[in-house]
Amino acid sequence: MSLNFGNLLGALPGGIAQGIIWGFMALGVYITFRLLGTSDLTVDGSFTTGGAVTVMLVLAGVNPVVALLIAAIAGILAGTVTGFLHTVFDIPAILAGILTQFALYSINLAIMGMAANRGIPVGKYVLYVTSRNIPGSILAAGLLAAALIALLYWYFGTQHGSAMRATGCNQEMAKAQSININSMKVIGFAMANGFVALSGGLLSQYQGFADINMGRGAIVIGLAAVIIGEVLGNALLGKHLNFAGRLIFVVVGGIIYYFVIVIVLWLKLDSNYLKLLTAVVVAIFLAVPNLQAKSKTSFRLAGKRSMKSSREDA
Amino acid sequence: MKTMLRVNNVCKTFNPGTINEKIALNHVNLELEESDFVTVIGGNGAGKSTMLNAVAGVWPIDEGSIFIDETDVTGLPDYKRAYLIGRVFQDPMTGTAADMQIEENLALAARRGMKRGLSWNVKNADRQMFREKLATLGLGLEDRMQTKVGLLSGGQRQALTLLMATLQKPKILLLDEHTAALDPKTAKLVLDLTKEIVEENHLTTMMVTHNMRDAINIGNRLIMMDEGKVLLDVRGEEKKNLTVEDLMKKFEAASGEEFANDQALLSK
Repeated sequence: MSLNFGNLLGALPGGIAQGIIWGFMALGVYITFRLLGTSDLTVDGSFTTGGAVTVMLVLAGVNPVVALLIAAIAGILAGTVTGFLHTVFDIPAILAGILTQFALYSINLAIMGMAANRGIPVGKYVLYVTSRNIPGSILAAGLLAAALIALLYWYFGTQHGSAMRATGCNQEMAKAQSININSMKVIGFAMANGFVALSGGLLSQYQGFADINMGRGAIVIGLAAVIIGEVLGNALLGKHLNFAGRLIFVVVGGIIYYFVIVIVLWLKLDSNYLKLLTAVVVAIFLAVPNLQAKSKTSFRLAGKRSMKSSREDA
Repeated sequence: MKTMLRVNNVCKTFNPGTINEKIALNHVNLELEESDFVTVIGGNGAGKSTMLNAVAGVWPIDEGSIFIDETDVTGLPDYKRAYLIGRVFQDPMTGTAADMQIEENLALAARRGMKRGLSWNVKNADRQMFREKLATLGLGLEDRMQTKVGLLSGGQRQALTLLMATLQKPKILLLDEHTAALDPKTAKLVLDLTKEIVEENHLTTMMVTHNMRDAINIGNRLIMMDEGKVLLDVRGEEKKNLTVEDLMKKFEAASGEEFANDQALLSK
């Protein structure tokens, strides 16, 4: 077994392109996980919905950009369903997301005409994002990412967007300031899943097909991107990391995640273990802040101190 | 005089039909005139906070009706009647959004009861007003407007909450033991600020407190609650001449109970 460094360099641009594409999904996860303070598991389903809708529309002769737009709207609808389950029927957010995701499996199959995967025939359609033109894909996806980050930055600075952030931060405060927290949550879930479905649509165009399982574990990859981006952003910019910077680093987190995948594949490690690796990395990063807090104060430490002082007394 | 708050025969029972059933408000009647400053005292479980929450609309009441400034708010959830109400909570963490800047919190409060659109939340034109209002707190917060609220002390956050509650003049200001979680020095500071702001803006105010002396010294009216009812309603000259001993005697006379159990809680 030999490792060819040239192969690694050759694979990196593809990693960047896919990283940016997953970055859109990570932006969606950022909205629910960091700004609304909940975990939305709808995304595993709505990611596939985005892919399925895009591929079927492209096959039907719809312009690929319009197809992406409609895919995003499909994601917005999926998020709205989760939002209603959570706010109108008081179902815990995580369970509401799982229910929608579960239902979407059937819906996604139906969208794809009861096939587990559907391909876009090579060369027959004009795609702006495709693995057959990686530099062009990076440019197109990069520009779209920049535009959407600017849009998010603007929105969350407006009165409406600030009310949504307040809802995620402190519901009691939000209600006391006459903010309808339920409608804020529904809009947040809808928006997040719009991003996720857009990401799924872009990936289906990039790889040339949609697969019923393409969204499996998407939430974990999204979280990985968010967390990697935060750690990196804080390390590089520290206190100067503002909101725009955080959003940019979410997408950067997606790119780095895909670099890791490229390296794992280059090392000829069994890619089967990728999901295990991702889960472990995310678990560690979620645990670190809590462990840091515990290293300062815990029952174990208090017990030790007590034993030490009683020994000294004796 | 205009009636600012009318609590009309209000009942609320928690956990009805279970072993934990608790009649929290038992046909409560109360009217507040414009710019009344009412202090509310009573033992644990007397219904003080419950009455404030009923007015704020935290949950629907079982019976009766509530009018704020002649508007029937009985059927409105908290966020829909918040345009009439300023609230400060017992926990200093509750009234502000920790991850947002001081000026962002103030900008949110400045639009209480108004439509929130897609224009910028913190506008330059508002900043000057925020700075002036913050300066009146005397805590130096006017120089830290871009600081995240989570970095402030409990007293600073409570003072900021008070400012936020009154930035848009509320028809009624609800203070739910808002100094109870603070150390005595900070508590005095926040209480002095409260008096200042209420007097300056002629706010109709209801303040729950555990401190009998504060209850007597502050405001123009005092009510005492017990078992979900208003036991005592003292105002004007009569209130000014009250002593803590009087209050305890009146409590015993009105409720027919020994005061001993609650004495520790209703600190002198």
